[in-house]
Amino acid sequence: MLNPYVALLMSFALCALVATIMVCASWILGPKHPTKTKLEIFETGNPPLGSLRGMRFPVKFYLTAILFIVFDIEVVFMYPWAVIFRQLGWAGLAEMAVFVAVLTVGLAYVWRVGALEWE
Amino acid sequence: MEVLISLAKVIFAFVIVLQLTLVLLWVERKGSALIQDRVGANRANLFGGLLPFNLGIVNTWMADPLKLFHKEDIVPADADRFLHWLAPWIAIFPLFVTFTVIPFGDVLIAGGYTINLQGADLNLGILYVLAMLSMAVYGVIVGGWASNSRYAFLGGVRGSAQMVSYEIAMGLSLVSVVLTFGTLDFQEIARAQGDLLFGVFPAWGFFYQPLALLIFFIAGMAESKRAPFDLPEAESELVAGFYTEYSGSKQSVFMMADFVEVAIVAGLVTTLFFGGWQVPWLYRDGFHFPGGFHVFVPSLLVTVLQVLSFLVKLFLFCWLQILIRWSLPRLRYDQLMDLGWKRLLPLSLANVAITAVFVLLFDGKTVW
Repeated sequence: MLNPYVALLMSFALCALVATIMVCASWILGPKHPTKTKLEIFETGNPPLGSLRGMRFPVKFYLTAILFIVFDIEVVFMYPWAVIFRQLGWAGLAEMAVFVAVLTVGLAYVWRVGALEWE
Repeated sequence: MEVLISLAKVIFAFVIVLQLTLVLLWVERKGSALIQDRVGANRANLFGGLLPFNLGIVNTWMADPLKLFHKEDIVPADADRFLHWLAPWIAIFPLFVTFTVIPFGDVLIAGGYTINLQGADLNLGILYVLAMLSMAVYGVIVGGWASNSRYAFLGGVRGSAQMVSYEIAMGLSLVSVVLTFGTLDFQEIARAQGDLLFGVFPAWGFFYQPLALLIFFIAGMAESKRAPFDLPEAESELVAGFYTEYSGSKQSVFMMADFVEVAIVAGLVTTLFFGGWQVPWLYRDGFHFPGGFHVFVPSLLVTVLQVLSFLVKLFLFCWLQILIRWSLPRLRYDQLMDLGWKRLLPLSLANVAITAVFVLLFDGKTVW
């Protein structure tokens, strides 16, 4: 039996090739007539207000990302547990219950302080 | 020989997703027309209307990509050129390779080989799919950042926050599926669904995990960034969201990524909850109907029927997503976040707990 990761590598190579061709197609086939206005960024017809670098954005998005990391790691921990769950039995359930309970308290806290509120 | 077989399987899986994507483009145009009581794409024909039917499907299949590939590739002067190129690539590449691990049939027995009909038969398929779907977030955030435009940037942050929020619910709903089947291997999950419940019904996943199906489907639709979850590209608010500054083939790659995601969500729903390639009561030597009635079917025909069954189910769930897309209005951003964090996340946690208790009490398989 061939190692399945060889097939995966082939798939990666094939998809990378097709994706590259698709992304580069216009650059290769398309016309190239850049003008100053064409290369401006689009701001509904107004002259652009300048560069975006250093622009501030709502901290809520950053908070969401942090919360995501906390809960996504929880999910990642649950996969190996779920696979061998039948061998672990009630003891395994109790251990995971403690772990999830801690995170559920975290979720309740985050909810209560309003980190999940968007207005 | 084995290498060639693997390559053929990989190419077949890739062709399914590529062709399905292009067909879906047409189905979406005609389907939305049907829903909105319009006619839809009906002008394409050959030699000034020579054919008695129109070639709408050929048009979206071949003419549209060709046209888009011949458009000018405009990169704004302020943009980061490399990241601007990388964003569409990284949006579509992980989605393309995801489909490789979804089984499209049981086994093909030919010429002394028993070929497992799955692009790459990984034993940790679910983890791989989640990892690859997470990668797709980078396409959105990098696209928004690299364009150096306010609309694109807003779309990018919105999109990334939305996608990571729904990923948690998606991952948790899959945990309960893993609990039920005790494996991460898609092929094993699909095979396990060949059993019968009460000796009558096919034991498809949605009998065991109806709530997980609902959560996964909603989260999957949110991941694909289409209405009612199309806030990252909300055209009435953000022009085109994170791909405002893209044109030509790069823009079409972003559009295509949405459709590939639709196909992937449909593929996962089919495999995990609707038996994958299973045809009810069809086994490797033919139909075994409840009641002892038996019809012999040759092995090759069984394989063909199973692949067809997978494709039909795949297409049905793609169509369901298009139907939802054209039926529901867009959510507001706070509603979107509420749904993800305050409804789906606690629900899927509860589902995992209930499933775990049920598995221990009844071993999961004999719940009913």
